[in-house]
Amino acid sequence: MKKIIIPLFLLGVSLNAQNPSARELIEKVDKNMSADSRVFTSKMIIHNPRNTRSVESKSWSMGEKKSYTEYLSPPREQGTKMLKLDDQLWIFSPSTDRIIEISGHMLRQSVMGSDLSYEDMMEDPHLLNHYTGKVEGEEKISGRDCWVITLKANTADVAYQSQKVWVDKDRFIPIKKELYAKSGVLLKRMELSDVMQIQGRWFPKKILFKDVLKEGDGTEFQIMDIEFNTKIPEYIFSKASLKK
Amino acid sequence: MIRFLLKGILRDKQRSLLPVVVVIIGVFLTVAMFCWLNGVLNDSIELNARFNAGHVKIMTKAYAKNVDQLPNDLALTGVDTLLLRLKKEFPEMVWGERIHFGGLIDAPDAKGETRTQGPAMGFGIDLLSGDRSETERFNLEKSLRRGRLPLHHGEILMSDEFSLKLKVNPGDTVTLIGSTMNGSMTMYNYTVSGTIVFGTGPMDQGSVIVDLEDVRNALDMNNAAGEIVGYLADNYYDEKKIGQVVNRFNTLFPVSKDEYSPVLITLRQQNSLGQMMDQIKALGGFAVFIFVLSMSLVLWNAGLLGGLRRYSEFGVRLAIGEDYSHIYFTMIYESVLIGIIGSIIGTSIGLLGSLYMQHHGLDLGSMMKNATILMPAVFHTRITPTAFFIGFIPGLFSTVIGTALSGIGIYKRKTAQLFKELEA
Repeated sequence: MKKIIIPLFLLGVSLNAQNPSARELIEKVDKNMSADSRVFTSKMIIHNPRNTRSVESKSWSMGEKKSYTEYLSPPREQGTKMLKLDDQLWIFSPSTDRIIEISGHMLRQSVMGSDLSYEDMMEDPHLLNHYTGKVEGEEKISGRDCWVITLKANTADVAYQSQKVWVDKDRFIPIKKELYAKSGVLLKRMELSDVMQIQGRWFPKKILFKDVLKEGDGTEFQIMDIEFNTKIPEYIFSKASLKK
Repeated sequence: MIRFLLKGILRDKQRSLLPVVVVIIGVFLTVAMFCWLNGVLNDSIELNARFNAGHVKIMTKAYAKNVDQLPNDLALTGVDTLLLRLKKEFPEMVWGERIHFGGLIDAPDAKGETRTQGPAMGFGIDLLSGDRSETERFNLEKSLRRGRLPLHHGEILMSDEFSLKLKVNPGDTVTLIGSTMNGSMTMYNYTVSGTIVFGTGPMDQGSVIVDLEDVRNALDMNNAAGEIVGYLADNYYDEKKIGQVVNRFNTLFPVSKDEYSPVLITLRQQNSLGQMMDQIKALGGFAVFIFVLSMSLVLWNAGLLGGLRRYSEFGVRLAIGEDYSHIYFTMIYESVLIGIIGSIIGTSIGLLGSLYMQHHGLDLGSMMKNATILMPAVFHTRITPTAFFIGFIPGLFSTVIGTALSGIGIYKRKTAQLFKELEA
């Protein structure tokens, strides 16, 4: 009898060892997707029902609390700057030479008519700090083997109370995400692609955001170049830099 | 015979003065009441038409579905071409492009930081092209409270109440924070040129008026407009004429699956105005009916009184041999003449009074201060063709019926008793 039970127990242990826990998966995802600081240039291609527009910007972010974005094109938006410190956001419009503060639910409004909210655009949250996860199973997405995990928020101040994430088994980056409201209503879908190795980490250079409550074919968010853990001068994250 | 009776009425003032005066008063009140109710209905419709609904409004199909949300992302595009076509195909109409928008008006302090802000309902209308139709339609010159109307691009008119709330004066700069046609947040600076009083509660609480091109620049709506409003050239909403416009429009622009194809909505189809018009019409009709009925009773009674007052006269006339029927019918003829004279004079006075009120109106602004629906502050009467004859219903028919009923008593008089009655 012992001869049967011990091998079965060992087989169970070895199978379990092959299945990482949700926490391990989230840690690995955070390691790829988040950084102490990031500087990147991006292009949003917004597919509205009537037209397609593209908006280019350069962003600096430090940790989860500080973020700064300057729009480079189109001409109408060029020079518009946004500074986000914690849950406050200031927008500078060069045509009016005014800085306007927005906060609260306004942060969940669309940026430039895209499928991204100000929070989506300017936040780089470490998932582990805000969510607890559960591995739901495995699935193949876009030819890649993925773990399917569900994340539930630990705190009320996150933009999405729950998420369903398909994590690439080999590269530990999300391939697909579904973002839900507290009520359980699906708010957004994200498809992450063009995964590349940048500074020793896997990172998707293209993300398709689709706000399911909005018409249109979604917004492609393309990273044109990105640097992780680079030193950013502190003055960037001050209101004074908005008018510079 | 009519000439004889007319002479009698004119010469014997004791016989005719009181009945004619009663008829005049009754008819005057009927005509004035009718014109007043007509005017109130018309003013309410015209106010909604001028500020919002037009006599017709053209929008995209998608915009029309969500019109309450002011969805400028669904606005009409290529408006210059569409307007040219509308002007050519519908010469009886006057057309105007409008952008109705919502946003925040932000007033800065000396450092350029937000001092105060408030939600605003905005109207982008043609103010600076030289065509004064929209300025007149919005009655801007008379509504001006402080400052002046915009003369240059980048100027804005604010409702006076709103400017006081934000502590903003003519000459100050304010920033509009809104959303472009593409959904981007937009900020645009304007200089307050003046403040106005619309005279309607909801609009006075937080409205701004800006030149159409300035709104287009702010909201990135080049050659686009949320709405094209159309008015019949005489400025009166005529359902028959509008019906013809609708039919022709639907032929020119057949129903399409395209969400952005233009659709035409009549005033009746907007904001439950059709239901309101029907209700006001029904209530107005009922009120006029009750009034005409009560005036009829008064004049009927006057006819009866007239018959009774002349009891002795009829006795003498019977005594000297006049036929019952002859007396009865002369009474009827007399009452017809009195009714006609009273109705003509009463209608004339009523129409003159209504004409005055049609031009000058009655200012009930103080009573409308807290109104939450779009209602005019100054009410005018309105003279319609019906006003020329409605007074004849109580004035002529009721007087005649009253006389006819009281006159029946003549047939009951007995010749044998006449002298006894006269002696008494």
